[in-house]
Amino acid sequence: MAEPKEVWITGIGLLSSLGEGLDAHWEALGAKRVNVDETKLAPYVIHPIAPISFDAQIPKKGDQRQMETWQRIGTYAAGLALDSAGVKGNQDVLSRMDMIIAAGGGERDLKVDLAIMNADAQGNSQPGFLNEKLMNELRPTLFLAQLSNLLAGNIAIVHGVCGTSRTFMGEEASSIDAARIAVARIGAGQSDIALVGAAHNGDRGDLLMLYQFGNFSLKGQYAPVWARKDSPGFALGSVGAFLVMESREHAEARGAKPYAKLTKVVADLAKRKQPGAVTKSLEAMWPQLGVSDDDGVLITGATGAEPATSEERAFLGEHPGLAVRANGTTFGHTVEAQFPLGLALAALSISRGALYPANDPTGFEVEKTGAPTQIVVTGVGHWQGEGMALVEAVK
Amino acid sequence: MTAPRDKFGRPIVVVTGMGIVTSLGAGKTDNWNRLTAGESGIKTVTRFPIDGMKTTMAGAVDFVTVEPFSSTSLSERLAVIATEEALEQSGVGTRGDFPGPMFLAVAPVETEWPQRLEVARSVEKRDFGIIDYLAACGNGQFTHYHRRFTFGSVALHLADTFGTKGSPISLSTACASGATAIQLGVEAIRRGEADAALCIATDGSVNPEAMVRFSLLSALSTQNDPPQGASKPFSKNRDGFVMAEGAGALVLESYDAAMARGARILGVVAGCGELTDSFHRTRSSPDGKPAIGCVRKTLADAGMEPGQIDHINAHGTSTPENDKMEYLATSAVFGDHTPNIPVSSNKSAVGHTISAAGAVEAIYSLLTLEHQRIPPTINYEVPDPAIPFDVVGNKARDARVTAVMSNSFGFGGQNASLILTREPA
Repeated sequence: MAEPKEVWITGIGLLSSLGEGLDAHWEALGAKRVNVDETKLAPYVIHPIAPISFDAQIPKKGDQRQMETWQRIGTYAAGLALDSAGVKGNQDVLSRMDMIIAAGGGERDLKVDLAIMNADAQGNSQPGFLNEKLMNELRPTLFLAQLSNLLAGNIAIVHGVCGTSRTFMGEEASSIDAARIAVARIGAGQSDIALVGAAHNGDRGDLLMLYQFGNFSLKGQYAPVWARKDSPGFALGSVGAFLVMESREHAEARGAKPYAKLTKVVADLAKRKQPGAVTKSLEAMWPQLGVSDDDGVLITGATGAEPATSEERAFLGEHPGLAVRANGTTFGHTVEAQFPLGLALAALSISRGALYPANDPTGFEVEKTGAPTQIVVTGVGHWQGEGMALVEAVK
Repeated sequence: MTAPRDKFGRPIVVVTGMGIVTSLGAGKTDNWNRLTAGESGIKTVTRFPIDGMKTTMAGAVDFVTVEPFSSTSLSERLAVIATEEALEQSGVGTRGDFPGPMFLAVAPVETEWPQRLEVARSVEKRDFGIIDYLAACGNGQFTHYHRRFTFGSVALHLADTFGTKGSPISLSTACASGATAIQLGVEAIRRGEADAALCIATDGSVNPEAMVRFSLLSALSTQNDPPQGASKPFSKNRDGFVMAEGAGALVLESYDAAMARGARILGVVAGCGELTDSFHRTRSSPDGKPAIGCVRKTLADAGMEPGQIDHINAHGTSTPENDKMEYLATSAVFGDHTPNIPVSSNKSAVGHTISAAGAVEAIYSLLTLEHQRIPPTINYEVPDPAIPFDVVGNKARDARVTAVMSNSFGFGGQNASLILTREPA
């Protein structure tokens, strides 16, 4: 096989609980700012999206009305990424741009759901009651605001990204695979340029249901990821994280500058019924990146959920030379968006010639001086799926 | 050794195993016999009360049961049945140890109503709100619902059962999902990453909320009586699609890997293409340009000319808009050759298996190549004069078929097409 083509990250779009855009994020990370809400859905801790008007990237109100918040966050961040890559409005590029989105489902109408559930619990539901309520009370367009593939659909409509469109699902692993497939396709010449990313809205009682079934939510007081030993769990976060990836040739031909290159993405499905499987999986993937342990940097998407976080920490403990940053501390857990968020922060750090400061009272994260040239990004799903990527400075 | 390559120098991708479940039955034999006999799998829904619904029929797979019922569990079960059949036929790997990755087209997963209501009944407070409800969710009795309703749960179970390698990919490109799963497998083999790929597509979505949602979008046929007459692609009186369930599984292999182990080759995936439509969330661009582009990309990917396609397995949903757009796009690409191409829609018989449709119809296309017989579009009583396709109406037609194009055009602007051939080009 021919040597794979180099994959550059030429665009980054970030919208989160900290604000929008790269400068705002760099400043907030430098100031160790965290936007957390312990009251709105108390006892569940969440990181709500920063106040924002979506008009700048989604100019038509009609489009905004057709979306729920997760889709607005994603469509907005996708627009930022296209702007950042200098391809916004460039029909020639957008019409052949490949898109791989990682998505869950969108917001439900909780009012309708709760009314049905209360009526049923009180014995007030006759046969056909559910049908009647759903037929009469669901907004017809809500379906489209919920469907996983309609984040991609909205990005196509609003920004004109029209080459191909694929939506991967499956919580954290979906975005690891999105990045992995994009890199593989570009590397093999099956694609020249791709938009890859995900969006997550943490301010969702309906979404907490799923994680509450497994008791994964952080309750009561916020604490940084490494300080949750006694009350493990994750606080759902709000992030839209998108990357424009393209082959070096393609970027050079259009005069685009790279933030960094994405050298490798690997993924696994550890058999987690066996204790220690996550640690083993990460150890098996590590050599595939070909990085040295000493003086390295690693951005982890560790959720704070157990036992996954302890097992990842055991792996990190074997590599004490690494300066670790857990983006879950700052952003919460953004599930599908956690891995592209890590990639975005890695590329941003490399392009700024510095790693942002540690934000960890336990001292596990250490300061790092000097410009990082290699940053490893890890993603360990709260329940399944593991992955790792290497982001490097372009020589 | 020089491996056999296509005209672009890529490994040739062949199919060595297929498995299928639809409302017509389980397995290729039953499906093919009933499909070509012009039978319908559409029935009045009995799985749940249909009071107050505008649409009351579907292609539900009622002969497969899961306890307790959820669409996600049914999707998983259908996928297992189809995959077992495909692996049995292919003989690749060993039981529980498939030597390649898995690509799974599956409907988006959500906690479903029976489970929601079960939790609600355990909330002690009257007139509870979401916080009270969440406390009940986390009381330890419902842990299994986390395992069931994570989006990755179906893939996790299938990967465990069949021993596929690496991180399994679950995907949704709406009605094109099944074709996308195949396309991802083709690409992995062409990259040389894998010698074999397991491509599965499944959908068990006939539940009240899904039916209501599609109904509220005015996408479903309401011609409930008789149910088997509702799905009538290319007919003047068509009025929407019919929801259906099913699964299709295909074992893809590189030609040389298949030859090396002496496998029987069932067909070739000669080309795949996709092109996004940005016109509207549910409607296709009226000029058909994205679908035209998708079909052209697929021909280009296969290195074939329009004149080489001798059958189209249409998306043919039976919605007024899709079928018209599909003719427009097809005739734009195939020009004078259009009337020479027999066209048929399997959805007339099995309904629209949504996430599974691309794979289910790829399998029917491969069976068409094998049997040299085109299954009929049933309920073709009142041809739409605006769609002058050579529709294979009501009765199967024996024909020489060397290359089939299978189209999938879905919500969210998702267009994908495949070209399947009998022999490597």
